[in-house]
Amino acid sequence: MRRLLMLFTEPFAFLGRGTIQYVGSMGASAIFLVLALLKAFRKKQLPKIVQQLYYIGARSTLIILLVGLFTGMVLGLQSYHALVQFGAQGALGTLVALSLVRELGPVLTAIMITARAGSATTAEIGSLRISEQIDALDTMRVDPLRYLISPRITASIISFPLLTAVFDIIGILGGYISGVLLLGANAGTYLYRVQASVEMKDITDGFIKAIVFAVIVSTVCCFEGYFTHMRTDSHGAKAVGLSTTSAVVLSCVLILIADYVVTSILI
Amino acid sequence: MEPFPLIEFKNVTKRFDGRTVLDNVNLRIYEGQITTIIGLSGAGKSVLLKHIIGLIQPDEGTVCLRGKPLSGVRKKEIADTVKQMSYMFQGNALFDSMTVYENIALPLQETTDLSREEIDRRVRTRIEQTELGDSADKFPSELSGGMQKRAALARALVTDPRIVLFDEPTSGQDPVRKNAILSMIAQYQRRFGFTAILVSHEIPDVYFISNRILALYDRTIVFQGAPEDLEKFDHPFMDEVIHSLEGLQEELTGLHSRRQFKVLYQSQMKRKALDQFYVLVVFTLEGLDAIASGMGHEAAQEAIRCMGLAIEKHFGPIGGVSTRLGINEFITMLPYSDMAEAEAILNNFAADIQREDIVNILNGARRRGGEGQCVEIGIKAGLAQGRPTVEVGPVMNAAVEQQKEIARLRCIPDW
Repeated sequence: MRRLLMLFTEPFAFLGRGTIQYVGSMGASAIFLVLALLKAFRKKQLPKIVQQLYYIGARSTLIILLVGLFTGMVLGLQSYHALVQFGAQGALGTLVALSLVRELGPVLTAIMITARAGSATTAEIGSLRISEQIDALDTMRVDPLRYLISPRITASIISFPLLTAVFDIIGILGGYISGVLLLGANAGTYLYRVQASVEMKDITDGFIKAIVFAVIVSTVCCFEGYFTHMRTDSHGAKAVGLSTTSAVVLSCVLILIADYVVTSILI
Repeated sequence: MEPFPLIEFKNVTKRFDGRTVLDNVNLRIYEGQITTIIGLSGAGKSVLLKHIIGLIQPDEGTVCLRGKPLSGVRKKEIADTVKQMSYMFQGNALFDSMTVYENIALPLQETTDLSREEIDRRVRTRIEQTELGDSADKFPSELSGGMQKRAALARALVTDPRIVLFDEPTSGQDPVRKNAILSMIAQYQRRFGFTAILVSHEIPDVYFISNRILALYDRTIVFQGAPEDLEKFDHPFMDEVIHSLEGLQEELTGLHSRRQFKVLYQSQMKRKALDQFYVLVVFTLEGLDAIASGMGHEAAQEAIRCMGLAIEKHFGPIGGVSTRLGINEFITMLPYSDMAEAEAILNNFAADIQREDIVNILNGARRRGGEGQCVEIGIKAGLAQGRPTVEVGPVMNAAVEQQKEIARLRCIPDW
């Protein structure tokens, strides 16, 4: 009888456990984020933030340039062939610029930084955790949140919008290369449409998204690495690997969910 | 009257996932001493140590520092208390992306407002004191295990802590290096005057440097006191832990353990009249470094073993009590001999060792380390006379000062 009862209750218990765990980790990561942000304003933080700006921001520029260029080019290519069917190839500049500035720029920039810097952040912090280097910081009275986490989150919040701007500009240039130089659309029309259709609100909305994504990506990646030792499914190097994977997957999923939510609020 | 304890555990209990690791632990640690927590692997020694520095909080009970509980007080007070402590991790926990210099400088850079010049001066001083001058710009992965330990020790000491906690400082080291690390801890403790708390299962090596032993057995502290008192302790811990671990040590040298030597020395001294003399002989096996670097550590261990056997063969039958003193040093106490008699015994020993035993030592090393290797070894010995009223330390130092070469051998490559 008891077993039969458990058969009915177990799915609910499972659901309940999962929900409690999820809400708990959401709360923990929110506290983690707030504490890290508060510590950004302590003294001696600037050199660490600059160092992370170089790593997360400057060293991601090349990949952002490449992805932005080809995204713009393929967007120009596909849009031109679609628009030409309606004789609307003059709207190519509008389509490329608005797609990039409003959506593709922030989203693809965030995903690319997640892949390049976010994964490395999780792996690095996870390795520090399992080799007791974070405990060593604690014993030296060096606050790990201040020393390791705060500069990374702050640098991400600064880097993401800047890299998004780079992505947007190079993407529009990519659209110009494929649409104008390769397929023969009118150069003046393309540039005029870009200038005329992109408003300040589009740019600020894109930047707001970039900042939201920066907070999500940096918090998720740092949190996963920082609590690698708390994983129940694995330990040691394997735990670092799994934390890195889940940080990247979770960041990408959350970027897309947040994109929808932010867009629906801003639109 | 017993002094006031620096650290005190009162009925501390800790559980992980329902499993009790520490059960009602009560202990006292006193200032300026080297206290060693001994017990088998997995007994909860490191957990106990982490309670002291606040990395782990007890589920029940209290940890007190200078009578003040570490739990239930404000965060700032805990931080001020923990400020006096340093922790040397079992795996060193050096930052692998930083050089040795950067590792040592980190706590000063992050927790003080010292100028760059002052930080540099302090770091350079510690680097010099720990003999890491040539390795300051190297990364931890480029250092040997012993050098990494020294770097971790330099980092632990750079903030001038009053208490240093060592979590299994000799783990993963060969016997030669183990002795070197323990000697280093004792030497620095004397030099800097901090309170050292060690966690170790290197029995009996730790007895020689420890003022006080805490025995962790079956999740609780079953003994706390001086190393000599542990000998009289009647408890299953002695059979299950101490004797089994000591047996392993004696296998290497065939000599008495240091603790046994200490106990035998003290019992001999109690029996002697205050004006009666005894003689200490200190032997040094030279060339052990060359054996270790040329033939490997197994060869070095075999050389140590052969040297121990030779000493025991000559001095054991005439009542000599011998033990290993350092990496390549041995000591023999001749409780019933005066200086003239001891000199005659030593001359006989010197003749025998030059004729036969030194060849055995080198052959033993060559058997373990490769026939093609050629090294030069030498044996020095020195005598000194003492009385029960005089401390043993100066007598030992006098014997070391009197040391002269009694045998030397250089192998021939095609030997």
